[in-house]
Amino acid sequence: MTDSKRFFDLGKSGLTRRTALKGLAAGAGLMAAPGFVRYSQAQSSAPIKIGFQAHRTGIGAAYGRWYEKTTNAAVKLINDAGGINGRPVEIIVEDDGTDPKRGAEVVAKFASQHKTDIVFGTLFSHVVVGSAPTAGELKIPYYVVSEGYHVASGKLNRWVFQPGITDVRSQVTSVAPWVAANLGKKVTMIYPDYAFGYDHRDYFAPAIKAQGGEVVAQIPIPPTESSFTKYLPQIPADTEVLYHVMVGPGVLTFVKELGEFYGSNKPQLFGFIDSLEAVDINSPGLEFLDGSHFWEGSPRYAQANDSEAQKAYRAAVGIDDNGASTTDAKDVSTAAHMFGCWETLYVIKKAMEDSGYKGPEDRAKLVEATEALTEFKEGPEHPQGDKKFNGKIHQVFGHQNISKVEGGKLNVVHRTSIEDGMYEPEGDYTTQPL
Amino acid sequence: MIGGEATAKVYALHVAVIALLVALNFVLPEYHHGVLARVLVLAVFAMGYNLLFGYVGLLSLGHAMFFAAGLYGAGLPLYHLGWGVPAAFAGGVSAGLVMSLVIGLLALRTSGVAFMIVTMMFAQVFYLTTLYFGEWTRGDEGLVLQQQARRITLGTATLDLTNPTTRYLLAVALFAAALFATLAIVRSRHGRVLVAIRENEERTRMLGYDTFANKLTAVVISGVICAAAGAAYALLFGYVGSTFASVQYSILPLLWALLGGAATTLGPLIGTLFMYYVIDITSGYTSAYMLVVGAVLILLVLYFRKGVLGTLRERWLRWLP
Repeated sequence: MTDSKRFFDLGKSGLTRRTALKGLAAGAGLMAAPGFVRYSQAQSSAPIKIGFQAHRTGIGAAYGRWYEKTTNAAVKLINDAGGINGRPVEIIVEDDGTDPKRGAEVVAKFASQHKTDIVFGTLFSHVVVGSAPTAGELKIPYYVVSEGYHVASGKLNRWVFQPGITDVRSQVTSVAPWVAANLGKKVTMIYPDYAFGYDHRDYFAPAIKAQGGEVVAQIPIPPTESSFTKYLPQIPADTEVLYHVMVGPGVLTFVKELGEFYGSNKPQLFGFIDSLEAVDINSPGLEFLDGSHFWEGSPRYAQANDSEAQKAYRAAVGIDDNGASTTDAKDVSTAAHMFGCWETLYVIKKAMEDSGYKGPEDRAKLVEATEALTEFKEGPEHPQGDKKFNGKIHQVFGHQNISKVEGGKLNVVHRTSIEDGMYEPEGDYTTQPL
Repeated sequence: MIGGEATAKVYALHVAVIALLVALNFVLPEYHHGVLARVLVLAVFAMGYNLLFGYVGLLSLGHAMFFAAGLYGAGLPLYHLGWGVPAAFAGGVSAGLVMSLVIGLLALRTSGVAFMIVTMMFAQVFYLTTLYFGEWTRGDEGLVLQQQARRITLGTATLDLTNPTTRYLLAVALFAAALFATLAIVRSRHGRVLVAIRENEERTRMLGYDTFANKLTAVVISGVICAAAGAAYALLFGYVGSTFASVQYSILPLLWALLGGAATTLGPLIGTLFMYYVIDITSGYTSAYMLVVGAVLILLVLYFRKGVLGTLRERWLRWLP
């Protein structure tokens, strides 16, 4: 073979025009194959991977299961509508065991092994706080659905957001005016003797005072207690409202013993539904709660004036009018909180679209785009109601519901305004470098 | 009596392990690099526990308090008083020293099951104390030690503890220090006395040894090593919370030591590493991963009664310390 005949050779490879043409033909055939189409579009339509830090086991498991159901329902809808920036969303779940040490490990696993774009979905405060340093160090946006005052306190870092659920400080501040005006002004607080209880203690007392009321006694209950009888005599006789925030399996005993202590002559009761999430309000022993009031983020029971968005949300997640699973009436949801997963995913979608998010290299842009958000309108993406977002403290503010236990159901009797729960921000994450 | 050849083997093995860990810094993928840094710190906790449990035969169910003493002893001054990293680390170790001395003086008045119960009760008291002083500790929720506070400035150079390589190498350094300290102790005269106490305390006392003083020394050294691990955990990973003082964290080092081989210097590392990956891998497949962990533990008990290294030593490597 002479040099003139080898004019198409590419060096030493021995590639001739004939083999090159064969190769091109084979390549064209490959490109026509379905598998190759996916590959060639990998840059533009590969899924956006969201790491879901789930409480599948541990004390948060009941919440975690419903958080997962809500998340899957929202992601299905988002994907059916074309995904985010034209890309489907893929949820990758890791169980954190509701443990802060494992939580941090899981965040690292998402960032460096699963290579997810963001991390999302944590509920329990200690897992959020335990995981936040890792998210900050690995510079991966971390969207929590926790209601703790940790994010808004300014003590975490710029990579942590809570854009889908209000924080406990906002919740207790916003219900105080209604409690003072409708239930009474002399309040005794019973709360768990740890951080979650302290947020109630520290922020409800000044809020009720601002309404001309007062906290006449504060009774912290150690987390190891399984019987509460000895604490009940500490409740002052002139108590008009008993404010209770018990969490964990002890709550049924607590209510039963409270009933035995008071009989029919009881003060007004105001509680946070956190105690009874995933618990049927008609469970034996809870009869004492009839006529009492609860805070709810989103109502468990369908209300007469539910918006179309709320109805669609409930149908998509799969809860009936009693807030239980449509496939198992005994499987009561964590309706007061889990809407936060739904709304947070839509906030992430909006921020990714605003920032033109393409991949992990755009994470800083995503943080800035999230911080730039200010308002969310009530609708299919925000079925719980409209909200205001403070980008400096990475925290959302919204409406709260106060419901009365009547006829074995929780009926919403008051809905606070967003402004009722606003407070002076204590930090500014935007000053931290990205 | 361990001969010169065996001694050479022992040191060669331990140096090789440290050299391997340093080498892994350069080859491990990002995720496993981070995992190993965490595991090394927790392995130090298990080594501290193993010193007391494996070599002295004192089964404590309260070592979470020593780990947490280091965690809070380092974390609280750094968070509230703005202490630097070295001072905070020293604070954590000192807290462990004082606590283990006091607890040792009281708990060593008991033995056997009573020792287990007393140490567990003290640990529970410490756990509840971390909750009680929630204003400073933020209790169960805990505190974040900010990145900018976790730096060591040496002249013009800055050592950033949040840098993965720095963190890994510091974890290796701490592990190496604890490993060689443990090795030196168990091969020393004091170490032999500790083993003698484990085997027959009455006879040891009859031979003229002050068993109480020897046991107290072991409790203090064990507590200090655990506190060093706790302090390092706070400073390297930036979180301080009462979960680490809960009873679960008293059980874990026992499990790690048993798995790897109680009374072996390297067993705690193997046990900690093994448990980490069993949970990490199985939790990806099922939420019932603790069932899998349980099954694995049963298999280990059946076929490796003395843990991985303990069984190896019994069958083949009799020179292992």
